Amino acid sequence: MIDLIYFSWIRERIGKSSESIETRATTIIELIEELKKKDVRYSEVFSDLGSFRVAINQELTNFDASIIEAKEIAFFPPMTGG
Amino acid sequence: MHISVQSEFFDFSKEVENFSSKLDNIGALVTFTGIVRGQKSKNLDYMLIEHYPGMTETQIKLIVEETFKRWKICDALVIHRYGKLEPGEPIMMVATAAQHRKEAFEAAEYLMDYLKSRAPFWKKEVLNGEGNWVGAASGDEAALSRW
Repeated sequence: MIDLIYFSWIRERIGKSSESIETRATTIIELIEELKKKDVRYSEVFSDLGSFRVAINQELTNFDASIIEAKEIAFFPPMTGG
Repeated sequence: MHISVQSEFFDFSKEVENFSSKLDNIGALVTFTGIVRGQKSKNLDYMLIEHYPGMTETQIKLIVEETFKRWKICDALVIHRYGKLEPGEPIMMVATAAQHRKEAFEAAEYLMDYLKSRAPFWKKEVLNGEGNWVGAASGDEAALSRW
């Protein structure tokens, strides 16, 4: 099981802040494709790869990254700290 | 190194006083405070700041550690708030102390540039009862390349 966490407008559009899933995906991009097939909300949210970022186990990463060791994957828009 | 991620209001003058009172033999102290822009400019009701607990603290610590590696600074302070903030309230502050002003200024700027694009915070502005997520400015990511 992997925990998926959503922030900001991604959380609002998917309609939940987190969920636990089983997946056969081995990379972030495969996981995104899998989620997009699940429901139209995911395909809308993840339609533009440039509009969001991803972190595995609380570390910023890229879409090709392996999720084999992932316990927690977070999706969020570009950060706006400061 | 002093890092605080908090919802509570902070008084920046007291924080600066507290930070500087623990320092010895410094020649320069630079501070920056980010404030929720007031109602006069755009009729803002309030601002909501969301963050990623755990990752936020880790990311800020990594940014501050990198700052220590790059500049000869004596100490650094980062306070960043989350939750509901009213116009005029402080959002965050950084302070850097060094022997000389160049190091203190540059370290503070570096901290600000990285906190802006690498610390997992998201801001929502509520204007006339309607919420809008603040997008990253186009120059924010580009600002990192100068370092």
